[in-house]
Amino acid sequence: MSELTRLTAVQTAEAISSRQSSAVEVAQAHLDRIAEVDGQVHAFLHVDTEGALAQARRVDAGELTGPLAGVPLALKDVFCTKGVPTTVGSKILEGWRPPYDATVTSRLKAAGIVVLGKTNMDEFAMGSSTEHSAYGPSRNPWDLTRIPGGSGGGSSAAIASWQAPLAIGTDTGGSIRQPAAVTGTVGVKPTYGAVSRYGLVAFSSSLDQGGPCARTVLDAALLHEVMAGHDPRDSTSIDAPVPPVVEAARQADVRGMRIGVVKELSGDGYEVGVQERFDEAVELLTSLGATVTEVSCPHFAYALPAYYLIAPSEASSNLARFDAVRYGLRVGDDGVNSLEEVMALTRAQGFGQEVKRRIILGTYALSSGYYDAYYGQAQKVRTLITRDFQAAFAVVDVLVSPAAPTVAFPLGAKLDDPLAMYRQDLATIPSNLYGGPAMSVPCGLSEGLPVGLQVMAPTMQDDRLYRVGAALEAAYVDRWGGPLMSLAPTLPTLES
Amino acid sequence: MPEITPEQVAHLARLSRLALSEDELVALAGELDVILGAVAQIGEVAAADVPATSHAVPLVNVTRPDVVVASLSRDAVLAGAPSAEDGRFRVPRILDDEA
Repeated sequence: MSELTRLTAVQTAEAISSRQSSAVEVAQAHLDRIAEVDGQVHAFLHVDTEGALAQARRVDAGELTGPLAGVPLALKDVFCTKGVPTTVGSKILEGWRPPYDATVTSRLKAAGIVVLGKTNMDEFAMGSSTEHSAYGPSRNPWDLTRIPGGSGGGSSAAIASWQAPLAIGTDTGGSIRQPAAVTGTVGVKPTYGAVSRYGLVAFSSSLDQGGPCARTVLDAALLHEVMAGHDPRDSTSIDAPVPPVVEAARQADVRGMRIGVVKELSGDGYEVGVQERFDEAVELLTSLGATVTEVSCPHFAYALPAYYLIAPSEASSNLARFDAVRYGLRVGDDGVNSLEEVMALTRAQGFGQEVKRRIILGTYALSSGYYDAYYGQAQKVRTLITRDFQAAFAVVDVLVSPAAPTVAFPLGAKLDDPLAMYRQDLATIPSNLYGGPAMSVPCGLSEGLPVGLQVMAPTMQDDRLYRVGAALEAAYVDRWGGPLMSLAPTLPTLES
Repeated sequence: MPEITPEQVAHLARLSRLALSEDELVALAGELDVILGAVAQIGEVAAADVPATSHAVPLVNVTRPDVVVASLSRDAVLAGAPSAEDGRFRVPRILDDEA
């Protein structure tokens, strides 16, 4: 493995800007790494060798500059990339090449970031393991028999196996943070509306949010700054300056900060080893000068059921656009079947089981006669969860909890039990319903597998996440002799 | 606790344009029953006088200046279609033969 793949994004950008390495060399080192290990990890659905090298050449020619110019990145296959396949992990979009770039994609290109390819995900981002991908699961680099989290498990696996220093995910109920937690990496869901959803294939529009994945907190902050910002093409985009996330990550200072431990995000459903690492991290934050108290958010107990009504309801509506007419698959167009029959045949064949399950569930929750008891009630619970956050943030600056209730579980362990899979999102969902930013940052190992600590902040106070995350990371670097990833086992390389 | 029948799932499948097999209808009925049983606990929350939240960002009627900008070309859009003809999306028949 080339040493170039072991660098942080900051170090990579420095090596390129100081001409110690060329962007092409860096891109090639990562493409070689992908060829070496991705047969086992399966982080990528598509590797764009030509596009990556062409972008790297532009950086080397001085056409593109910036703090992350020349740094390679793995992009979740939910963002449209002009001329480059975009599948959302689904057979219904197999082979589709978008005619335009998502705003996030355009921003990456303009910043000189080198997109290596598109990463695997649960189909339409519905899942917590990548096992619902129509193209097979990704594997956790810490233990190839285990899940890398989901839905953005391809992105987390890519950075945890040194195939890219940066990645991008989307987080509707935890799809950035839970994969980060179980792979020992950093993942951030920015404030809802901070990152444009234009060109992001929609799952649940009121919850979906793109965000950065990285091996260090500062790297995530730099990517956050590139991705975020107002976009007139997304009517839910917030027209306000991006919070000073990079400055906060460099300060890495929690002295005087008031940190609340959420009482309801512990106990039943949380593994003992996860809880132990979390408790130690909280003690560490206290020793770094933060004031820690326990905070109660009584309606968080209802976040999971509210989410599993709201998200499928929105999905059942959003996925109606896959109608076998404008893009993607068409099945049964034999000159006899009607348009409606072709639609139904196409959708039945193009969507996987979890997607069908959620479309049916959402259609049920929105049906007349059930609407008030399910979708309507879930929206009211969403208000109560928001009020819990507001009450908590009146007395503390951030909230913390374990990011995922368990360490990475074995592939297949929860595949036949949808409810068990849904419970992976216990701790992450409240922030999606509220809209506030949240981060998962590594806080140690349990049974040799990574554990993540979640930090949650008020809307548009994303910088607070980075203060806490960076302070914790710096304290752990002393203890571990490097970031948690320095403890990751060496991946067996493919014999070719 | 709701009891979902395969017939109900068949109705939902028709509404959502999914041609599901008999096996899928039976399996989904059971799964839906379990999931609805679990999410039904939100009914415990007293929320009669609580307003609904549909969206995290309190924005209404976002507008932009009415300025003409470039759009995608027709060919670029049709290139992704499963079937196109004469510069248009080609669709299966939408009317009965006698219509």
